[in-house]
Amino acid sequence: MNLLDTIIKAAPEAHIVTETDGIQIVAVTPEELPAAAQALAQRPEGAMDFLYDLTGMDWGEEGLGVLYQLESTATGERIILRTQTTDRERPLLPSVSTLWPTAEIKEREAFDFLGIRFTGNPDMRRLYLREDWKGYPLRKDYDATANELTLDNEINADTTEEYTLRPDGTLECHEHQLFGNDDFVVNIGPQHPSTHGVLRLRTALDGEVIRHVDPILGYIHRGIEKMAERMTYPQTLAMTDRLDYLSAHQNRHALCRCIEGAMELEVPERAEYIRTIMDELQRIDSHLLFYSCLAMDMGALTPFFYGFREREMILNIFEETTGGRLIQNYNVIGGVRADLHPDFCNKTKEFIVHLRQVLPDYHNIFTGSIIAKTRLEGVGRLSREQVIGLGATGGTGRASGWANDVRKRHPYAVYDQVDFEEVVRTEGDSMARYLVRMDEIEQSCRIIEQLIDRIPEGPVRTKTKPIIKLPEGIFTASVEASRGAFGVLLESRGDKSPYRLHFRSTGLPLVHTMDTACRGAKLADLIAIGGSIDFVIPDIDR
Amino acid sequence: MKTDEFKNNDYLQRLVDKLNADGAGIVLTTLDEAINWGRSNSLWSLTFGTSCCAIEFMALGAARYDMARFGFEVTRNSPRQADMIMVLGTITWKMASVLRRLYDQMADPKYVVAVGGCTISGGPFRGSYHVVEGIDKIIPVDVYIPGCPPRPEAFFYGMMQLQRKVKAERFLGGRNHKESRPKEETQTDETAE
Ligand code: SF4
Repeated sequence: MNLLDTIIKAAPEAHIVTETDGIQIVAVTPEELPAAAQALAQRPEGAMDFLYDLTGMDWGEEGLGVLYQLESTATGERIILRTQTTDRERPLLPSVSTLWPTAEIKEREAFDFLGIRFTGNPDMRRLYLREDWKGYPLRKDYDATANELTLDNEINADTTEEYTLRPDGTLECHEHQLFGNDDFVVNIGPQHPSTHGVLRLRTALDGEVIRHVDPILGYIHRGIEKMAERMTYPQTLAMTDRLDYLSAHQNRHALCRCIEGAMELEVPERAEYIRTIMDELQRIDSHLLFYSCLAMDMGALTPFFYGFREREMILNIFEETTGGRLIQNYNVIGGVRADLHPDFCNKTKEFIVHLRQVLPDYHNIFTGSIIAKTRLEGVGRLSREQVIGLGATGGTGRASGWANDVRKRHPYAVYDQVDFEEVVRTEGDSMARYLVRMDEIEQSCRIIEQLIDRIPEGPVRTKTKPIIKLPEGIFTASVEASRGAFGVLLESRGDKSPYRLHFRSTGLPLVHTMDTACRGAKLADLIAIGGSIDFVIPDIDR
Repeated sequence: MKTDEFKNNDYLQRLVDKLNADGAGIVLTTLDEAINWGRSNSLWSLTFGTSCCAIEFMALGAARYDMARFGFEVTRNSPRQADMIMVLGTITWKMASVLRRLYDQMADPKYVVAVGGCTISGGPFRGSYHVVEGIDKIIPVDVYIPGCPPRPEAFFYGMMQLQRKVKAERFLGGRNHKESRPKEETQTDETAE
């Protein structure tokens, strides 16, 4: 049975709205959503077990709604479900968090931004904004003056709310206690050097053993998605570099691809090669930083200097061509901003030779050491089902046996022309997550080597008008960023700025796994587990 | 940068003039100089990296830029042990109260370095509903380092400016940062009066 039939069998009123990039968008009513979702999640011919993303939308008169991007890990099929409610005063939608655990946190995001309450989600607190925030910023009628900058300390609730719908249509609210009476709660962050940014984790302990981790986000929520609605398309690009700055290039690549796809713009082949090489250099850059920081979090200082020594070489290469070290602003709609520096190819090749020579040192000093082994092996285990359910892509997913690499599953740029391995491990512990990333450095080198001598001649950019208008519709694109699948969802109403621009954060599902990964581990392991899961906070908070 | 430009610091000169005009005792001044020499070469900073700029700060700590050459490689994770707070990255509304609290917890004399466009004016995120448009709305700032992110060299220049400011100050009997909140019109240059 194909996907549409599966849905229609469970939800007779469902129908196709449009199609984007070969993915069908199917509308279902809120009443039929649970049945349709269940039928898809348990489809015998290939369960749609991966909720790639859940995006809250404000369609003005038509009401508030949600788009569910679903994917099957077995067959790679994709579909988008769309549901909406016209009630703007009391928008209610059924939760899908029992089918896809990752929805638990993403529904909180939709609630925070748009005020949609999900019945049956056990945790309906705000996710990013302060608990005393008024209004929902991503609604089109949001009053920007409703809130003021305050220096009062925020008090966080110790309870969560769950809403259920009574048969007569009234709402019932249950409170859940976050922490037990005999839990000892340690507050880690938001200003803590080992949380890799401004993450806050409220950690409930039993002695030294972690019972529960409650992440509090939003300390670096910059409101990018709302800002983008006032920007022209070329302007929105600048935001992407600053999300996950260690995937700056890949993030921008995703948005460029999305816009190029929407306007059906052909990108010169030379630009595609350059983008691919830059993406891979960025990945090496990010993984080197990962190595440095993980080691430093665990108290080893020398690896930090090793990692940064090689990383500086990549930054030099970046800087020569793009002018930027960390934030490069290099991809533009239609290609890349400037041609490669004449030394680029030579330097890159030299760098790869050098990196191969020093990588054994990295392993000698850290990987093999008894301290690293005891602190990483067998700690923070995640099973394959858990990572899929939680949507933890990238190295974290691959360390638990889930082959989720976007470069392999839905190739883009010139990834279909290169030969590389997708590094997958099955242990699912911190050590596996660490080793996956170290091995990926080697694979990235391989990709670059295959491409660097084959870069075709020609222009690096298709000229576009300064003001770009996209046709109406919903467009998506995703890339494999340094730490997982990064996606863009764009709704256009034919204007020069997007009607809604949503980024699938790679880090949000990762930080969501912390609770699962840390339960039962020791408090000291929390830092190492967090380091190995490898998230970047501005990308989570957006 | 040319040496002349590097030395061209009107506000430092004004500070020195003012100190001289008040008339300082010879013993105290000499002692002050010695103390300030020591203070300026061992500025301990509170790590407060919220986003991208913090990664460039890490690069500063590594071998290529090696900030230990100037005496500010010691970072502290507790505000009570820090001389200065280096604000690296966007400050959001949710973070504002935390930043203010950390600043209040630091012992005097304390300094604030605002790194990157975000901390100066909100940078690329100016106009967002959740971004503080310049940390000088929350705490007084001593040195601004522009850039997005600033180059490591710019960090050093900014830090040297701070060192010079420290050197030009009166430590003994002087007042350090008595103001609790920045006044509307006050130039931050003068907060160290
Ligand atoms: S100034 Fe630029 S680099 Fe620095 S935190 Fe802001 S956006 Fe990031």
